[in-house]
Amino acid sequence: MPNVMIRKNDSGGLLFYVAKKDMEETIASVETDTSDAWGGAVELTDGSRWYIDPVSPPPSFPTTLRFKRAEG
Amino acid sequence: MATMTRDETQALIQEVLEVYPEKAKNDRAKHLAVNDQSLEQSKKCITSNRKSQPGVMTVRGCAYAGSKGVVWGPIKDMIHVSHGPVGCGQYSRAGRRNYYTGMTGVNTFGTMNFTSDFQEKDIVFGGDKKLAKIVDEIEQLFPLSKGVSVQSECPIGLIGDDIESVSKQKTKELEKPVIAVRCEGFRGVSQSLGHHIANDSIRDNVVHNRDNDNSFETTPYDVAIIGDYNIGGDAWSSRILLEEMGLRVVAQWSGDGTLSEMELTPKVKLNLIHCYRSMNYISRHMEERYGVPWMEYNLFGPTKIAESLRKIAAFFDETIQTNAEKVIAKYQAEYDAIIAKYRPRLEGKKVMLYVGGLRPRHIIGAYEDLGMEVVGTGYEFAHNDDYDRTIKEMGDSTLLFDDVTGYEFEEFTKALKPDMIGSGIKEKYIFQKMGIPFRQMHSWDYSGPYHGYDGFAIFARDMDMTINNPCWNSMQAPWLKPAEGESEAPMAASA
Repeated sequence: MPNVMIRKNDSGGLLFYVAKKDMEETIASVETDTSDAWGGAVELTDGSRWYIDPVSPPPSFPTTLRFKRAEG
Repeated sequence: MATMTRDETQALIQEVLEVYPEKAKNDRAKHLAVNDQSLEQSKKCITSNRKSQPGVMTVRGCAYAGSKGVVWGPIKDMIHVSHGPVGCGQYSRAGRRNYYTGMTGVNTFGTMNFTSDFQEKDIVFGGDKKLAKIVDEIEQLFPLSKGVSVQSECPIGLIGDDIESVSKQKTKELEKPVIAVRCEGFRGVSQSLGHHIANDSIRDNVVHNRDNDNSFETTPYDVAIIGDYNIGGDAWSSRILLEEMGLRVVAQWSGDGTLSEMELTPKVKLNLIHCYRSMNYISRHMEERYGVPWMEYNLFGPTKIAESLRKIAAFFDETIQTNAEKVIAKYQAEYDAIIAKYRPRLEGKKVMLYVGGLRPRHIIGAYEDLGMEVVGTGYEFAHNDDYDRTIKEMGDSTLLFDDVTGYEFEEFTKALKPDMIGSGIKEKYIFQKMGIPFRQMHSWDYSGPYHGYDGFAIFARDMDMTINNPCWNSMQAPWLKPAEGESEAPMAASA
């Protein structure tokens, strides 16, 4: 359950940064991204999948959230 | 313009790896790569930030070096106690040439060495009492110091001293920050973790100190220079360019920096980060906590300077943007003259770099401005995100090496035959004895500054003076020189 900092990059995409691992990846897709919630299954460009219970209301980035590693 | 093809470079790596035992070979193979500009992510080609193999020569430092030597050390109005045996502090004292203004020993302490000089009894009975005494002595002898940081050396972690409680108590007593930094040398694989630990301790102890204090008058043009250690005056030659653009530099992290500058940094509009590797952590924190955006920039060589100044200006309004153009135009005659003077003398020369956190990619632009080509580059302690940024800067099918070993570096040099090598003091004399011009690129070989337009003039002069030094024609002993008319004997015969 790492703490993940989500921030926007210059082109408006979301970056997924795990400080402990010094891992920075771009988020490829988010399951729930509406005006009243953000979260669910998150897939990164390197193919790894993470999960967070949808946060409501959607957080303003940058922010630190706790993610779970999703199966598969 | 690549001098070697992909396959040739790959073959070279294979050949160099041949001497290693199977296991070491497999490990080292992951750290050596041929650059491929089409790749987006470096982790597909190179592994970094891993423990060095036992038995190879590495030039990495330790966590203490990253914290005391790099991040905390240059903060001039604090006293940084090397807590532990005397050597760590003494042998790293003032070696990085972080210039600063002030009266050393009165209100600034940069080049001094403060250590608790652990003896056997301190290891056996613990050194907490000694630390408390030291902090009191510091307060008595140097009342103008703004705070104390306790930089742990290895034994502190091993014997389990509680430096946090001493620091907490002394902070209360003296009403000055006394900051415990757990940067014992054995932590992590290189100095990189030391940077992270130091950043975290600044985050926990310094950055939030003025959260409820609005007495500082801000302007819309406040910026902070982050990750510039003022080596040979680098931060100063960067700072004047930003100030000429109309920006106000509130803080310098940490070369020539002070504690109060650091406390004021969350109030700036933009953090400018030069050394990404050592200070991205604190920039990320300030972005999240205070909403201060950060931006990487590069002030080596006119091309990159112009690019960076425009990028910085784009963040502000039109006055700054016109000012940026004015600054670039103002210095154009100056740097055109430098390029006109040195480029003919340096054109086509090949350089190999092996330095620390940002230079293996940042300086490439400056060499290219002088018509030189970087044929191989590598970092001591970079992570994958550094290589991500390097791939685009380096030419295709050039060599990338991570935490290169002494043996590999020498072999690569023999094969690629660069005209110059830029690396650290530990490599300097090896390569000079091999007859290859060398610049010590950690502290600019006791020269500098190299940042900014003023720095570029010095950079170009230094490169010329190194490569075109007449001594390189005298590498062969006079009695081994062929007589008139005979063909020149190969250099290797005399080596």
